Amino acid sequence: MNAGSTGSNDPIRISFTLNGEPTTVEVDPSERLLDLLRYRLGLTGTKEGCAEGECGACTVYLDGLPVDSCLVPAYQVRGHRVETIESLDPVGAAHYHARGTTQCGACTPGVVMTAEWILQHRDRLETHTVRELMAGNLCRCTGYDGIIEGIEGALEDREAG
Amino acid sequence: MLRREGLSKLTGRERYVDDLPLEDFLWGATVRSPAPRGRISDIIFGDGVDWSEFVIVDHTDIPGRNAVYLIEYDQPALAPGYVHHVHEPVLLLAHPSRDVARRALREVQVIVDVDPPALDFRTLPSPDLIQCGEDNVLKRLSIQKGDVERALAESPIVVEGVYETGAQEHVYLETQGMLAYLDDDVLVIKGSMQCPYYVVKALKPALNRSEEEIRVIQTPTGGGFGGKEEFPSMVALHAGLLALKSRRPVKLIYDRTEDMVATTKRHPSQIRHRTGVDENGRLIAQEIEVVMDGGAYLTLTPVVLSRAIIHAAGLYHCDNVRILGRAMFTNSVPYGAFRGFGNPQAHFAVERHMDVIADCLRMDPVELRRINVIRDGQTTSTGQVIGDGVDRLQIVERALALSDYERRRREHWVRNSEHRYLRRGIGMSAFYHGAGFTGSGEVMLDSRLHVEGHADGKVQVLCASTEMGQGQITVFIQLAADRLGYDPAEISIAEPDTHRVPDSGPTVGSRTAMVVGRLVERACDDLCRQAGLEIAVEASGEGVRGKSGRGSGETARGALVKEAIIAWHSAHPGERLLGRARYEPPPGIEWDEENYLGDAYGAFGWAAHVAEVEVDLRTYDVRVLDFVSVQDVGTVLNETLAKGQVQGGVAQGISWALLEECVWKDGAMQNGQLTNYIIPTSGDLPPIRVEFVEFPYEHGAQGAKGIGELPLVGAAPAVLNAVAAATGRQPTEIPLTPERLMALLGNGHEPGEAP
Repeated sequence: MNAGSTGSNDPIRISFTLNGEPTTVEVDPSERLLDLLRYRLGLTGTKEGCAEGECGACTVYLDGLPVDSCLVPAYQVRGHRVETIESLDPVGAAHYHARGTTQCGACTPGVVMTAEWILQHRDRLETHTVRELMAGNLCRCTGYDGIIEGIEGALEDREAG
Repeated sequence: MLRREGLSKLTGRERYVDDLPLEDFLWGATVRSPAPRGRISDIIFGDGVDWSEFVIVDHTDIPGRNAVYLIEYDQPALAPGYVHHVHEPVLLLAHPSRDVARRALREVQVIVDVDPPALDFRTLPSPDLIQCGEDNVLKRLSIQKGDVERALAESPIVVEGVYETGAQEHVYLETQGMLAYLDDDVLVIKGSMQCPYYVVKALKPALNRSEEEIRVIQTPTGGGFGGKEEFPSMVALHAGLLALKSRRPVKLIYDRTEDMVATTKRHPSQIRHRTGVDENGRLIAQEIEVVMDGGAYLTLTPVVLSRAIIHAAGLYHCDNVRILGRAMFTNSVPYGAFRGFGNPQAHFAVERHMDVIADCLRMDPVELRRINVIRDGQTTSTGQVIGDGVDRLQIVERALALSDYERRRREHWVRNSEHRYLRRGIGMSAFYHGAGFTGSGEVMLDSRLHVEGHADGKVQVLCASTEMGQGQITVFIQLAADRLGYDPAEISIAEPDTHRVPDSGPTVGSRTAMVVGRLVERACDDLCRQAGLEIAVEASGEGVRGKSGRGSGETARGALVKEAIIAWHSAHPGERLLGRARYEPPPGIEWDEENYLGDAYGAFGWAAHVAEVEVDLRTYDVRVLDFVSVQDVGTVLNETLAKGQVQGGVAQGISWALLEECVWKDGAMQNGQLTNYIIPTSGDLPPIRVEFVEFPYEHGAQGAKGIGELPLVGAAPAVLNAVAAATGRQPTEIPLTPERLMALLGNGHEPGEAP
C-alpha cells in the first residue's frame, strides 16, 4: 500500500453495485477493494489474511466470480457488481455449522464465499473435486476435513431439498 | 452441541479486533532493527512524511521497567540502544492514516554498529559471540534414571542418530493485533490473545500501573496455536505506550509479513540419541541430548525445554535413561510457544529413531514398539509410575487395523518393485503428551473460576480461558449445562475481561477442557450450594460421564436449580449469586523440580498415527495419501470439535514435516510471505481419519484429558517413517523438502539407488 505510484493521486469517484445496492464513493487510486469494504463501508465480514492473494480470506464476488479483494484496486469495480459475505442468506450457513467447517473463523467468510460459489456452479464438480476447488482458501485450523465435509454435506442437504 | 459462535463466524458477523468500530484513532507501526546484533548509533528520519503529524515512542517513554515480563525481565519492550536480534522493536509510530504510518516505516533508518551475531545454536560459540552467561546457554536441564554408562557399555547393540527440526511459523489466519485506549484513568487493551492475565502481568511493571489501572479484554481470536500465548503482551504494551503518549485510541495490527518475520516460532532442535538394545529389540539404555535454539530472549524457552526432555524418551519403558537438555541463546528472533511446546521435536527424534533401530535390527518397527511400549506399573524417565489403565497397545493395534497397515505394506513391496519412479511407504508413530502444566505448575497457577446465577435463572461462566477456534466456549457451556441440568441456551460465557473474570490461568498446554473444565463443574456445584441446594450433582446421575449428557437439554434437576437461583435473587435483591471454584491438585501427585523426578503430569494423552506416502523420484515430492489417527484424550466431550482438533493438529504436523521452512539470512527470515512460506492447501492433504479410544481421567471434566497438542506431536515422525519405508533411506531432518530428499537419495539418474 502506498501512494507512490505515478500519475495523479486525486480521489476517483466510482459507482458500482454492492450487495445489490447502487453505491457511489470516492476512492484513492491505490486503495484496495478490501480496505474500501472493511474500513470505509463497514463490511468487516471480509477478512485480510495475507494481502497477496494467497489465502483467500478476503474472497468476494466480482460480477459473480470469486476474487481476492486484496488484489483488486477499488477503482476497478467501477460499473461492476460486488458481493460480500454479508449478502449471503444466513440460512445456508446451517449446513456448515453442523459439520465443523469453522474453528477460529478468520478464514471462514472466504471459505463460505468459495463454497457457496461451488454450490451454485455444480458443473465444476464434473471435472474437479471439492478438495481441488477449495485449494484457493487457506485454513490453519481444520486440516480442511471439516470444510470439505461441510460443502459435501451442503450439496447433499440441498439436493435433498 | 454445535459450536456456540459458529453461525456468527460463518456469516461474517464475528467481530475480531480489526473489525471493531473505533473513532478518532491512530494507527500504530513498529520500527525494527535491521541487524541481528549491535549498538544503535543513529536513527535517521527521512523527509518523505511530515513527522509533526506523528506520535513517536522510544524506550525513554516507558514509565516503568523496559521489559515484557513473563518469566524474567530480559526482553526489552523497545531496544534501549543495543539490539539482539533482527526485527527487534526500536521505535513506535502512530498516525491517523494507516498508509502514511506504513510509509513512515520506510522513512526511518536505524543505523546499527554491527557486532558478530551468534546464529547457529548447534555449534559452541566462540568468545566474541558470548552474550549470555559464560557459554550462551539459556537453560540447562537433565533427567537421570538408572545407570546409563554401564547399561550402554553392556548393551550388545548401540544405535546412534542425530535428528533436526526447523523453525515453524504459526500462521494463525488472523495476525497479531491490539487496540489500546484510556477510559478515564484505566488503560483498556483489547485484542487477539490466548492469555489476558499474561498481558496484565507484563503491562504492570512496564507501565507502573496496578491491575485496577489496566483492563485487558480478549476479542474473538482468529487462531493462536501458542503464537498468541506470550507475544500479544508485546503488542499490547506497544499499543498501550502509544495510547498513553498520544492520549488517543491506538490500533496496532501486524500485516502478514511483519507477523511472520518478527514474532515467535517453534524452537528449532537438534536431538542426539544413543540407544542400547538387545537382540530381541528390548531397550536397555537411552542416552539423549536435546539442544534447542532459544533465540535472543528467554520467552518461555525453559518451559519448552522442560517439556521436551520429559517426553524425549518416548512412550517406552527403559531402566536406564539420561537426558541432557540445553537451550541456546542466539541472535535470532526469540522462539516461543507453539502447539506441542517442545514435545513434537522430542517425538520427531525418538519416533524416527525407533524406526532406525528397527532397521538396524532388521526388525518390524511395529514389533519393536510393541515390545517396549510402557505398561501400567512401569515408569517413565522421571520415575513416574504409569497406572492409568490405558491400553496403549490397543491404541497402536487399532491404528494399524484402521490403516490396513500389513496389507498395504505388502502391496507397496510389489508396487515399488514394479513402478519406475513412484515409491509408496507406510509408517507409524506412537506417542504421548502430558496434559496441563508440568509438575507443580498447576498448583502455582492457582486457577479460579466463577459461575454466576442471574435473577432470571440464566447462568454465566466467568473465566479467563479464551476461545481461539478450539471450542472452549462450546465445551464450557456444555459442561455447565450437563452439570446443572440446564438447556445450553440458558448458559453463556462472559467476555474474557480482566476487570470482570477471575484468573483461570492461561489457555495453553492442553489444560482448558481438562483442568479449567473441571473448575466449571465444581463452580456449578458451588452455585447450587450457594442457592441453597444441597443435592450433589453426582448423586443425580445426570449428565456426568454419560453420553446422554453433553448439552442435551434441561432436566428435572435443571428446573430445580433454576427455581432455586430465581428464589435466591428474590430473597437477596441487588446481590450477586456466585459459585466459585479454585484449583485443587489431584491427590498423590509428587514432583521434584530440583531433580526432575516424579509425577511430571497428572494425566497423559496417548495416541498412534499411521501415514501412507508416495514419493516421486523424479521430483522428490512427497505426497501423503492416507492418514489415520487413533487418540486417547479421555472422555470425548464434543465429537465434532474433538475431531477438528485432531485433524487440524495433524495437518500442522504433516506440514511441519514436509513443507514449512523458514529461510534465514543473517538472522532474518527471508520468506515472510504466504507465497514462499508454504502451508498446505486442501489439495496438499489427504482426508485425516480419526478415531477416539476413550479412557476417562477421573480428575478431568467428565473424564476429559488434554487434546489440543497431542495430535500434532506424532505426525512428523509417522510421515518420515513412511518415507523411509518407501525409499529405504533414513531421513533425519525436517522439513523434508524435495531438496533435502534429493540430497538424501542422491541426485543421479537412477533415483533410489545408493549414491
